[in-house]
Amino acid sequence: MIEKLNPIFVFSFFKKKEKKKDIHAQDRFFYFFLKALSWSLIFLFFYMLFVIFQMSWPAFSHFGMNFFVNADWNSWTQSFGALSLVYGTVVTSILALLLAVPVSVGVALFLSELAPNWLAKPLSFIVEMLAAVPSIVYGLWGLFVLAPLLRDYIQAFLSKYFHFLPFFQGPYYGVGMMCGGVILAIMIIPTISSVCREVFRTIPKSNREAVLGLGATRWEMLKIAVLRGSSTGIIGAVIMGLGRALGETMAVTMVIGNAPSIKISLFEPAQTMASILANQYAEADNELHLASLTAVGFTLFFLSLIINILAFLLVWKMKRSTTGISSTKRFSSASRGPSLSGLDYTGKEKKE
Amino acid sequence: MKAKQVIWSYSLGDRWRKWLNFFMLSCLFLLSVIAAVPFLFIIYYVFDKGVSAINWDFFTQLPKPPGEGGGGMSNALIGSAVVVGMASVVGIPWGMGMGVYLSEYKSTKTAKILRFVIDLLISAPSIVVGIFIYGLIVIRYGFSSYAGAAALLLIMLPVVARGTEEILKMIPNHIREAGLALGIPRWKVITRILIPSVLSMCVTVIMLAIARIAGETAPLLFTSLGNQYHIRSLSEPIATLPVQIYEFANTGFEQMEQQAWAGAMVLVFFVFFINFFTRLFLFFRKKDRVGFYSKMRK
Repeated sequence: MIEKLNPIFVFSFFKKKEKKKDIHAQDRFFYFFLKALSWSLIFLFFYMLFVIFQMSWPAFSHFGMNFFVNADWNSWTQSFGALSLVYGTVVTSILALLLAVPVSVGVALFLSELAPNWLAKPLSFIVEMLAAVPSIVYGLWGLFVLAPLLRDYIQAFLSKYFHFLPFFQGPYYGVGMMCGGVILAIMIIPTISSVCREVFRTIPKSNREAVLGLGATRWEMLKIAVLRGSSTGIIGAVIMGLGRALGETMAVTMVIGNAPSIKISLFEPAQTMASILANQYAEADNELHLASLTAVGFTLFFLSLIINILAFLLVWKMKRSTTGISSTKRFSSASRGPSLSGLDYTGKEKKE
Repeated sequence: MKAKQVIWSYSLGDRWRKWLNFFMLSCLFLLSVIAAVPFLFIIYYVFDKGVSAINWDFFTQLPKPPGEGGGGMSNALIGSAVVVGMASVVGIPWGMGMGVYLSEYKSTKTAKILRFVIDLLISAPSIVVGIFIYGLIVIRYGFSSYAGAAALLLIMLPVVARGTEEILKMIPNHIREAGLALGIPRWKVITRILIPSVLSMCVTVIMLAIARIAGETAPLLFTSLGNQYHIRSLSEPIATLPVQIYEFANTGFEQMEQQAWAGAMVLVFFVFFINFFTRLFLFFRKKDRVGFYSKMRK
């Protein structure tokens, strides 16, 4: 009671109550601003799927499933079928994988496990630079340098000594599926090898030391400790490279010869899904042609989405399931200091 | 007796293992040499053919019809700068904002979805982005530099966002906690403390993203199309360097092919200049603030 008679208290009763300043208002604004930016990209992504599907709907409804069975692509007779394009894409991609996978896994092994520092640094720089070269430059080089080289040496050799195989028959011009495959192989080496190196890094050092300690040679160590443990991740890396090879446009367009046909010989020119888009999209003369091209684009997009999701799942699974103490330690949040996730300011207290 | 046993156990099998080891390790070495060869080959040819074709006219003249001789690609150089500039004016703040969101509010649901979408967008074929912009803008407003910039923007955004996220993640959490403990609002901690401390690395990420979109051809083929003349208005088709290289390479005239090689050399030089110097910069920056912080923690 005595306290309530305190004159200061009495005075404060008459004073206008000061409104408490909301210091979180700015934070909330900032948070929602960033959230809006993020959602707009997510929205754009799904809108992209929608728009492309909508544009290609006339072709899908006109041809139905026949679109993927018909091998004839002719804008004069209005007959559009994607089979030859799918064939060209698949053949060039498989050829690229056959050439690129041993090289890139080898590079990744050499760079991450064997090479001394003075050699590993410039080599990895060079391999990473392969990814930085614009694809148009690959195309130019492939058209004017690689294709004549292939024609004069490799294809001449193959058709002379291996012409009993169906892949190496017929006349050879340099440009064709083989040249496309080789260019693609060069282009996907950095992708596969960088993912492989990432995967190898998740294998704990103690595994390698254990195998070496049992008296294994270095190759046996690589085989037992590194390769056997990371096979899931390597498959993920290869699939990621496949995704890149499917969607690669300019370099392939310039060296593939651009003739939509299904031929078994690798010397023959062909057409891939991406290259026909680059060739004909700007000049599509009527509704159905444009819709069919867009349908090819939609198929390409859809395929690459599926392939990449598969690859991410594999690599992610690999990173999570690595055995050994040091790896779990490295990937737990405990070693990075206390997590701030509980402090995420979202306008409300975070419920655990 | 014991020594004899040891010698005896070093038998054929062991020798075979050693040989296999030697053989496989040299195979790995050879494979990495094979991977390095195409790069050197490409660089050699681009510079060999480009240097003989490049001159002052290349930077100042418009392309001339075949047979006339001379000519340059000034329209394409300016056009590329305009389109890439327009894409980066929008793309840098937007992408960095998303990067900040991904690293600072990383446990939210939006961040998880966004990270997934960014992964998919980075690995999606770039020509598909061109189709999307064609359906969105070109069908209504025609080929224009805006459409080209929009296509490049969509390619640039995930790259910038991912790079910014990776860099901000390197800052240890106690820096954030120290700022918050002083009563600084979170947005000020981010914009005044975190971003300035890694600004130079953010700049390198942005430069790498610009180098990446400067070489993109496929999405520009049917968004910005191409143009024989200098830029007059932004809502017209515009020439860009990669597209012009593509068109010139397919003409079949030697003069045009020479120009294409010169253009390719300029492009490669630009991309490598940025890549090389950002790496050099990161390598020599020893008083790196992030590194300093992380040393403090130990």
